[in-house]
Amino acid sequence: MPDLGKPRRFLGGLYTAHASVGSLGAHLVGPVKADRGSQAVDERRIIRARQPQGFWMDYRSPSSVQEAVALLAAHDGAAHVLAGGTDLLVKLRTGFVDPKLVVDVKGIPRLRAIESDARGFRIGAAASCAEIGEHAGVMAAWPGVVEALRLIGSTQIQGRATLGGNLCNASPAADSVPALIAAGALCQIAGPGGEREVPVENIVSGPGRTSLARGEFVVGFRLEKPRQRSGDAYLRLIPRTEMDIAVVGVGVALTLDQTGVCTHARVGLGAVAPTPLLVAEAARALIGSRVDDKALAALAAATSAACKPIDDKRGTVAYRVKVAGVLARRAARIARERAAGR
Amino acid sequence: MPKHHVTATINGDPVEFLCAPEQTLLDVLRDVLYLTGSKEGCGSGDCGACSVILDGRLVCACLVLGVEAQGCSVETIEGMARGDVLHPLQRKFLEQAALQCGVCTPGFLVAAKALLERNPQPTETEVRYWLAGNLCRCTGYDKIVRAVLDAAAEIRES
Repeated sequence: MPDLGKPRRFLGGLYTAHASVGSLGAHLVGPVKADRGSQAVDERRIIRARQPQGFWMDYRSPSSVQEAVALLAAHDGAAHVLAGGTDLLVKLRTGFVDPKLVVDVKGIPRLRAIESDARGFRIGAAASCAEIGEHAGVMAAWPGVVEALRLIGSTQIQGRATLGGNLCNASPAADSVPALIAAGALCQIAGPGGEREVPVENIVSGPGRTSLARGEFVVGFRLEKPRQRSGDAYLRLIPRTEMDIAVVGVGVALTLDQTGVCTHARVGLGAVAPTPLLVAEAARALIGSRVDDKALAALAAATSAACKPIDDKRGTVAYRVKVAGVLARRAARIARERAAGR
Repeated sequence: MPKHHVTATINGDPVEFLCAPEQTLLDVLRDVLYLTGSKEGCGSGDCGACSVILDGRLVCACLVLGVEAQGCSVETIEGMARGDVLHPLQRKFLEQAALQCGVCTPGFLVAAKALLERNPQPTETEVRYWLAGNLCRCTGYDKIVRAVLDAAAEIRES
């Protein structure tokens, strides 16, 4: 019968034979290392495991945008940008990518900053979703963007995942992208030729592909200060409560005039085409209307019509097309309520 | 490729280690520092068994490169008990049998600690959402959630 009077044998204590603070240093130099710190242990566990024989990579953490651009350009496509790492490390482990250099951009202060001024917000491409979600100003101005990025993975993933990574991973189902498209976000790109700003919807060019040129990387996003009586919302469908990839995702941003008529609208659509989409026809269904049932029906029809989905284990073509319209209608209702409230 | 020399603070201790660029923080903790409390379940950020707190943020150590820990503070399960005195979460897990095989337990404890440091009075729903990134194939979660809520109550009272 085990001695249940010694609980730490079952909990943290089981692993804490060396839990006391002082012993940690000893393990760096102590005899245990000679027994276990062998090459065999390393080979078994490191990312190299599923990479081809001879895989190696280098890691650099530049402190300026210029330095990062120089590193990326010098490696001519063999370098990968590391932001939160929640996609890149999985791809490294599975052998999906084999970069010669990983450029960690989190050491560049501008990439981590979330700044606001009279014009709006600048969100560093490597700020974590958790940091952005805790920013009261961004939350108040663009609740739809925040609710989208809060759907990316678990608490653990939120602590690392970034908007830059979610965009440049170029998944058709990335949650933050339709919301950023609806919000009219601009993507700030740095490269050998200097910096440029591009609407978010122009970045993803296909599954896993972006329109960024060699040596370019995303440094941040610009979100305007919302106009008066504006609201945005993002909804996605997954077959469970939490922790899944979107079957459909829809972001809607709209502005009402003093009489409640919609004067501006943008609709972003995800997981139903090779890339996230800006659906101009869906926005047109709202503009000039009071976002009433008739306009919402036209919005739903235009959204469904824009879908070019695939059949997969998460949903059939017919299901995705139908659900896209339903989510657009619901997201527009939420956006309308938010707009009317301010 | 030469290894990188990294200095970090782990459970309050200044630590230095050498690691290859492709080695994860989890590899470093387990195979270099022999802090084997953090477990590798999936290796892809889905199961949470390797949860650690990196500069105050709950993260999966399998999705962090060891070199990224340079200058950072890392808290692992090994830093949770104070000598022989268990953290209230650890004690409640034992009292309420919130574990069976125990592989997920260090991750749950570290994740729950990160929650209670942020939100000392979470609702059951908040606990369940916060812990959605920690998978347990034994308990069915109810005992874990109850243990976390009880520990939260005890910490608030003390």
